Amino acid sequence: MTHNIQLNSEGKLKHFLTIEGFDKALLTEILDTAASFVNPVDGQIKKVPLLRGKTIVNLFFENSTRTRTTFELAAKRLSADVLNMNIATSATSKGESLLDTIRNLEAMFVDMFVVRHAMSGAAHFIAQQTAPHISVINAGDGQHAHPTQAMLDMFTIRQHKADFSKLRVAIIGDILHSRVARSEIQALNTLGVAEVRVIAPKTLLPAKVETLGVTVSHNLTEGLQDMDVVMMLRLQKERMISALLPNENEYFKCFGLTEEKLKIAKPDAIVMHPGPINRGVEIDSKVADGKQSVILQQVSNGIAVRMAIMAMAMQHNGAMA
Amino acid sequence: MTHIHIKHGRIIDPANKIDGVGDIYIVDGNIAAISNPPAGFKADTVIDATDKIVCAGFIDLSTRLRDMGHSRKGTFKSETRAAASAGVTTLCLQPDTRPAMDIASIAEYIKDLAEKADYPQIYPIAALTQKLEGIELSSMLSLKQAGCIAVSNANFPIKNLLILRRAMEYAASHDLLFIYRPNDFSLSNKGCAHEGAVATRYGLPSIPEAAETIALAQCLELAGLTGCRVHFGQLSCKRSVIKIHQAKKYGLNVSADVAMHQLHLSENDITPFDSAYHVIPPLRTEADKKYLRQGLANGTINSLCSDHQPHDLDAKLAAFPETESGMSSLETLLPLMLKLVAQRAISLEQGIAALTHQPAQILRLPSGALTVGLSADVCIFDPELTWQINSDTWQSRGVNTPFWGQTMKGRVTHTLQAGRMIFSL
Repeated sequence: MTHNIQLNSEGKLKHFLTIEGFDKALLTEILDTAASFVNPVDGQIKKVPLLRGKTIVNLFFENSTRTRTTFELAAKRLSADVLNMNIATSATSKGESLLDTIRNLEAMFVDMFVVRHAMSGAAHFIAQQTAPHISVINAGDGQHAHPTQAMLDMFTIRQHKADFSKLRVAIIGDILHSRVARSEIQALNTLGVAEVRVIAPKTLLPAKVETLGVTVSHNLTEGLQDMDVVMMLRLQKERMISALLPNENEYFKCFGLTEEKLKIAKPDAIVMHPGPINRGVEIDSKVADGKQSVILQQVSNGIAVRMAIMAMAMQHNGAMA
Repeated sequence: MTHIHIKHGRIIDPANKIDGVGDIYIVDGNIAAISNPPAGFKADTVIDATDKIVCAGFIDLSTRLRDMGHSRKGTFKSETRAAASAGVTTLCLQPDTRPAMDIASIAEYIKDLAEKADYPQIYPIAALTQKLEGIELSSMLSLKQAGCIAVSNANFPIKNLLILRRAMEYAASHDLLFIYRPNDFSLSNKGCAHEGAVATRYGLPSIPEAAETIALAQCLELAGLTGCRVHFGQLSCKRSVIKIHQAKKYGLNVSADVAMHQLHLSENDITPFDSAYHVIPPLRTEADKKYLRQGLANGTINSLCSDHQPHDLDAKLAAFPETESGMSSLETLLPLMLKLVAQRAISLEQGIAALTHQPAQILRLPSGALTVGLSADVCIFDPELTWQINSDTWQSRGVNTPFWGQTMKGRVTHTLQAGRMIFSL
């Protein structure tokens, strides 16, 4: 199965839907481009005129604050015009199909869709159906992929760890329902890390999870050993009512990251979380706010990384002068 | 008196153990003689079947024509034309029409539509429960008298095992065949893909094999308890084949079929998020596919069906989990059967039997064979003729097939239903 839909005829980035199918060189190019937007002295991101005159539509069929905001900031720093569409409360609730929504927006001469949708494959569907000059960036589709989150996490890891090939990374929590986890695993493996380990109870792991290229542990204390990076995932409250977990207390006892448990990982391990965090459910406040936490850096890095992806996709879709 | 002479074809009739070049003579809609003409025969129509194969018309155990209730997807006219062009002369209609096939007048209406579409051999399958809701029994006897050939709850849940038990007992009382597509709805949990590596990779809500095998095991127990004749439709996995094999060994009166596409596609063939591959039960693993093929070859699986489910374009234009499941599959039935033969999974005789004699036995119909005296339901096909699936060759209103654009080998040239030519190429 190939994902060449993401690349143009010259093999350059056109859509950004999933990490799958991209090589290390392209992921590294994204990280390098992102770094070029950040002022090395103060870490600020200057506004650049790369996408002046372009219109980017944030098409969010699911609610989001952080992702939509950083996409919006990224687009504005690239000098693009941004339109935020909160479809969760708009057209589709009036019965309009996904395709009709897309067609209508196309008719308004837009250049890029940033899409979040509750169904796996929605971004692929839009990329296949939309006009050829439009780029599609996946901002999260169902349980499938959240590739910009993965890239900003790779960017954050690279700020702290020099060499991906030596890294052992643990991903802890609801892997089954997590598009973030799938994209992280693909990105980490593409960049050639030594090990990706998923740590979760069986109810929160998908079937044949090892085929994603991970090792598996059901025990946090064992699983954290030798880890350089500890990625926590958000636990949705609805997992309790669907008999996947007994309750939050027991989850925290087994899989919640505390200062004590973090000591099992390498002393210089960094702690990550895609947000929003549930304090006292998957992570203790002392760890979330502690010195090993890079959670807020992840948020900041989201802007530069999304700028890089949007600029690269627009540069290669033929729309740039 | 109408006299039809089918000349010099290779006649393959597994029911009568015939495989050889010869002629068939049809008089007034019935098969009058094989090889030598009956006395006084004077052909009105001669069909030259040189280099072609002549067999009984195909009998499809699971079809949706979409009339009534979903005529955007297909109509009696479009889908019976597709069936005729596929060599199918007898169709069993699943009861999930709208309204459901749960009262006699609906069955009679369907029979009437079939007559008007000039395709009389349509057998409605009656709803097992009222409105297919899985709670109260339908009027099975009235439905049988109105022409329904079996009972089924299509792909809708039956509320609990007590209701299933009683429905099976009641069906058995009226000597009705119960057709069951085993699925535990709580385990399949609104999934859309096989629970395995591919669903995991693409984050698709998944359906474990156990959703099928647990429901199958329960129904087998109830078949023993109630004495109901059960036919299991559209099996999808290895462990189902094993369970059917064991049940038959212990003398249970059960049979099984598999949808043709399950023998040709696995989860590995799915183009990411291409809704043409969205079928229920889902495409499973290569190992399952191989085992289903073996089950067909060794007779554990009795027959093949199309599980034809034509859709309008909109039904398939969305994110994969939101699209409707099902494939338009009548017209690929023959070439895909021949592909199984070419790949040496089954013999040609087995393939033809699985589409003719076997389903006739399951339905207890006096057809599926080229026996003298039987209604002349005949399919003539050219096993070497290649054709491309495109809008010029395709008859069904539903273009939802993953084989679209592909070149197929083997094509029906003539279809006769009770001696009437309902299709010729």
